[in-house]
Amino acid sequence: MSWFAVPLALALAFLALPVLAIFLDSPPGELIDALGEPGALDALWLSLRTSLTALAIVVLVGTPAAYLLATRRFRGRALVITLIELPLVLPPAVAGIALLAALGPSGILGGAIEDAGVRLTFETAGVVVALTFVASPYYLRQAQAAFGALDRSWLEASRTLGASPARTFARIAIPTAAPGLVTGGALAFGRALGEFGATLMFAGSLAGITQTAPLAIYERFATDFEAALALSAVLVAVSAAILLAVKLVEGDALRRR
Amino acid sequence: MRRLALAVAVAALAVGCGEEEGAGTGPPGEGPELVVSAAASLADALTACSRDFEGAEVLLSLGGSDELAAQIRRGVTPDVYAAADTRLPEELASEGLVEEPVEFATNELVLALPGDEREIERVEDLAEPGVRLVVGAESVPVGAYTREVLGRLPAGTRERILANVRSEEPDVRGVVGKLTQGAADAGFVYLTDITGDLTAVELPPRLRPTVVYAAAVVDGADPGELARRYLDGLVDGPCGDALREEGFGPPPAR
Repeated sequence: MSWFAVPLALALAFLALPVLAIFLDSPPGELIDALGEPGALDALWLSLRTSLTALAIVVLVGTPAAYLLATRRFRGRALVITLIELPLVLPPAVAGIALLAALGPSGILGGAIEDAGVRLTFETAGVVVALTFVASPYYLRQAQAAFGALDRSWLEASRTLGASPARTFARIAIPTAAPGLVTGGALAFGRALGEFGATLMFAGSLAGITQTAPLAIYERFATDFEAALALSAVLVAVSAAILLAVKLVEGDALRRR
Repeated sequence: MRRLALAVAVAALAVGCGEEEGAGTGPPGEGPELVVSAAASLADALTACSRDFEGAEVLLSLGGSDELAAQIRRGVTPDVYAAADTRLPEELASEGLVEEPVEFATNELVLALPGDEREIERVEDLAEPGVRLVVGAESVPVGAYTREVLGRLPAGTRERILANVRSEEPDVRGVVGKLTQGAADAGFVYLTDITGDLTAVELPPRLRPTVVYAAAVVDGADPGELARRYLDGLVDGPCGDALREEGFGPPPAR
């Protein structure tokens, strides 16, 4: 088995080195100082706000949608699943173009959106739309798997005992599938936090309004590498924390089984 | 062609690091390759003429001049660097990263409006409340020129115009994209970026910045002699002709 260790070591070095380099390229003190630069914290705060809003939308709409997909068999189900998972594999530039073509000022629904008095481009709301678009499949996929793995006899027992479908969903399905839902939520949040291309193309880039942390990193890359590193370091730390939390939740769920 | 070049620029923008795109449509040749990092505003002109460059396959890496310069500083070295200003190549030359820069073209900064925009007739109109203005980020040449223009306006007007800025794009293609998508009411771009969908409002001479493009052979270019020939061609050769055709002016007399 020992030769299997070589590719593993290669994979580890290749994946971990660039991430570590973010922290090693400059002394930690300078990284922390660079975060004090005006705008850096604004960008992080905007990223946090928009990602959380997107997550809330994804969970509210996605949970019942995933439940239906997991528990019902209907015509075209496979097609529906493929369509909602598509953004998972779309390049960010394609996501940006797609959003512009659909919801942009001259997009298919652009006129209707404008008539409704809603502005998306150049607005924080537009960032939330872009984040929701790219992040929701992560949640839908995971939630659907979690609901699909539920023991059907529990749901049926609940129904036979007179509980309404809504009550069964809220009291049986959600608590039992919770670990999977949390994992899906964390992955969706992580994806939203890292969104770049679609945000830039659809919403634009303006400090405090639409310039999320990844856009701020891109802007600083040309002028202030130190600041770009510092912001990157924060995103790495947050992403690592998310991943760790997911592992803990999953491990905990396994032990309880 | 314009469409392909735009797609290349958009792809480079989205990838975020000006990824190299083959200039040729055919399969990669056997011969030497010449990597040219060029300002996004040069996309159309250089895509066309670089395909016919003799002696090497030219790979164009398009992006904001400032990003391309940052890449060179971080050791990502193309063979030729062509910027939308003279400042960035000169800075790189003084750091010993590129050879002596050569001015190869001029351009003109204009106010661009989407085809259906009727309210804006001059720069001062941008100060009206509610105008959605898109500019280049301060670090990219088109953004620096824009701020030069605004700097020549009375402080009050300037402040009101800056308050109408809705997006600071990483390169001029981003500004053009926001305008053609109808997202913005006005933006500052180069005259050569004006396409059928946009109308240009010329800036009065007192506001007009001098826009000079300079290029340099990157230190360690391989083969250096081909890189130098490409550079000469930008001033006076097929790429020079292609630039004039796209509306760039000849380099200022030395």
